[in-house]
Amino acid sequence: MTFEILPFLKSMISVAGLSGYETPIRDVITPVWQDLSDRTWVSSHGSLHAMRYGEGAEPRPKVMIAAHMDAIGLMVTAIENEFLRITQVGGVDPRILPGQMVTVHGSKSGEMVELPGMVVMPPAHLLPKDGKSGPLPQKYLFVDTGLRAKEVDKLVRVGDVISFATDPRELSGDTISGHTLDNRASVAATTVALDELSRRKHLWDVIAVATSQEEVGGIGAKGSSFDIMPDFAIVIDVTFANGPGGGGIGIFELGKTVPITWGACDHPALYDAMKAVADEYEIPVTRDFSPSGSGTDAYDVQIAQAGIPVVELGIPLRYMHTPVEVVSIKDIKRAGRLMAEFISSLPLDFMNTVRWE
Amino acid sequence: MAGKVENSKKYSPKLGKKELDLLTRLSNALSVSGDEQEVREIVYEELKPLDLPMHTDAMGNVLVRHEGKGKDRLKVMIATHMDEVGMMMTKEDGDGLFEFVVIGGVDPRQLVGKPVIVGRKHVPGVIGAKAIHLTTKEEREQVLKVNSLRIDVGLGGSKLVEIGDRATFATSLAVLGPSLRGKALDDRLGVFNLIQLLKNAPENIDLLAAFTVQEELGLRGATVAAYHFNPDIGIAMDSTPANDMPHFDGEANHTHNTKLDGGPAIYLMDGATIGDHRLVKWLTETAEAEKIPWQYRQPGRGGTDAGAIHKTRAGVPSVSVSVPQRYLHSPAGIVRIDDELNTLKLMHAALSRLDKSILKPQENK
Repeated sequence: MTFEILPFLKSMISVAGLSGYETPIRDVITPVWQDLSDRTWVSSHGSLHAMRYGEGAEPRPKVMIAAHMDAIGLMVTAIENEFLRITQVGGVDPRILPGQMVTVHGSKSGEMVELPGMVVMPPAHLLPKDGKSGPLPQKYLFVDTGLRAKEVDKLVRVGDVISFATDPRELSGDTISGHTLDNRASVAATTVALDELSRRKHLWDVIAVATSQEEVGGIGAKGSSFDIMPDFAIVIDVTFANGPGGGGIGIFELGKTVPITWGACDHPALYDAMKAVADEYEIPVTRDFSPSGSGTDAYDVQIAQAGIPVVELGIPLRYMHTPVEVVSIKDIKRAGRLMAEFISSLPLDFMNTVRWE
Repeated sequence: MAGKVENSKKYSPKLGKKELDLLTRLSNALSVSGDEQEVREIVYEELKPLDLPMHTDAMGNVLVRHEGKGKDRLKVMIATHMDEVGMMMTKEDGDGLFEFVVIGGVDPRQLVGKPVIVGRKHVPGVIGAKAIHLTTKEEREQVLKVNSLRIDVGLGGSKLVEIGDRATFATSLAVLGPSLRGKALDDRLGVFNLIQLLKNAPENIDLLAAFTVQEELGLRGATVAAYHFNPDIGIAMDSTPANDMPHFDGEANHTHNTKLDGGPAIYLMDGATIGDHRLVKWLTETAEAEKIPWQYRQPGRGGTDAGAIHKTRAGVPSVSVSVPQRYLHSPAGIVRIDDELNTLKLMHAALSRLDKSILKPQENK
């Protein structure tokens, strides 16, 4: 099978897979990673692990690439007639919610059913005084599935998850828009790396991990790091791209660069090594400052067992945690290629160079 | 007024594949007030086989005349509006980002984080929002104003997009069990219904069909269309809010305006028109006789094209009939298929029993 990035990415952002409910996305990634690895398995928290054996003599060192696959979304808290009250899973700004197309994951005689729906804002006169013009707290919002109360009662329960249903759309300049590009863009980049590595020599074992439950606190990455205990880890997650409302440090142009993170979670020797490979292959990189530690899986990977050295890569993304996130395909390919070049360049004694001064 | 029903052939509207396809094209079309070309084209295409006198007037209204048979026919104008609320691109910021303004009544809270289409080529774009991670609590307590939002068509912009282009939500019509979810169902359902009425036109009247422009900007198209037709009576077929959801603190909701599943909404009074008593009675009596569910739209504010028609020339007795709809002027509205088909059925049955006796002056009681 030839791996093609665009259709794969589109299929990944066409499915749900909220934190703790990752099965739909894991099912999309698994067959692709099976083709690009020697074995795959699933962690106790639902992360997908894919191992490519290196060519070095045993016992070989191993590197983990961690990219979270879970999505933010909503969950049913109460049902009033045909209207569903909601809460959020992961960080959702309620200001994006009114008018948002969603899928309610209900069930019928034990079988899952996907019900299209929409987040709706009641009219002002049914809301408290400040509901007329201020931002509406999510407690006043509903999801309407278009079904009558009797049907809703049969199909929907409190606790059912609700995913965003925005279709993937290609925009100008080799960019793509959709929900959950945070962080399936990084899963795509990791897959690019696995694909590249399948055609070249690498001495190290490589374990790609599509982690679960990052959006609720690095839960999947924590367990997977403990389980795999790599010599070091690459964590890849989206970072902020410039755009309306954006600005300041840690904001990158789309389509121009691979940010490498510099801060408390990142081992400086790994930063230097990654930067050196990028320079060698003329891959444009930029330092992404994360001074007090990172809001990614790196935060949990770093402190697994007796500690794991981490290097973090980013993919610039506009409108993070909205269902219309935008990334550049070029950025994904570059990040994937950088990881592949870096890993295939690793000598067996590389860890001797990962030192504090 | 209650003329003989025998001469009307029974009409039972359905939403089959052909009808759903037409409704999908109508709902998905980009036809923002002032630029109604896409819907105008669909109307022409659908009505062409009927070979009726049809023209586009100075404002862009499509005016179609279906003459009945026999003497002394009542001239009945029916108006449905082709335009929808939306946006216009006003300035390019570079990097594929465009400033825009809103056309018609769109709550800015509906814009944030939505996919849109731009211009005749329906170029995809998105209205993003600052990442929640970068916002302060104070910021999250403020509504994002339109002038802080941008339509993003992707890096480098697009040769297919320029300032002045209209934009609207990128919502495709969907069937959700007993309901339809789509954008611009206000008033593409009316456009659909008027097309069906022309295809199945009763012969006892002259049906003067006005597919109007700029309703959302103040009933402007209907004003000149009514002058042109000089009708005996006027009817606006539109869509009206169904605010039939729970009150935030659990109080009974007595201000629902209309309810889904309640049937066609007949207007007694809105902010623009007092419904003509004779016409209201004619519609409700028809509904009762035909066993079609119906409801009064709660008297209140708002308005339809009837607001312009009834003030035309020496005055035209007018009334409005609407399909109840939740969430108008947002990325999508939700209507019940039954309400839509019952509206069409009521209109056809009512027109079929209409004659000049309806114009007899009636005492107010």
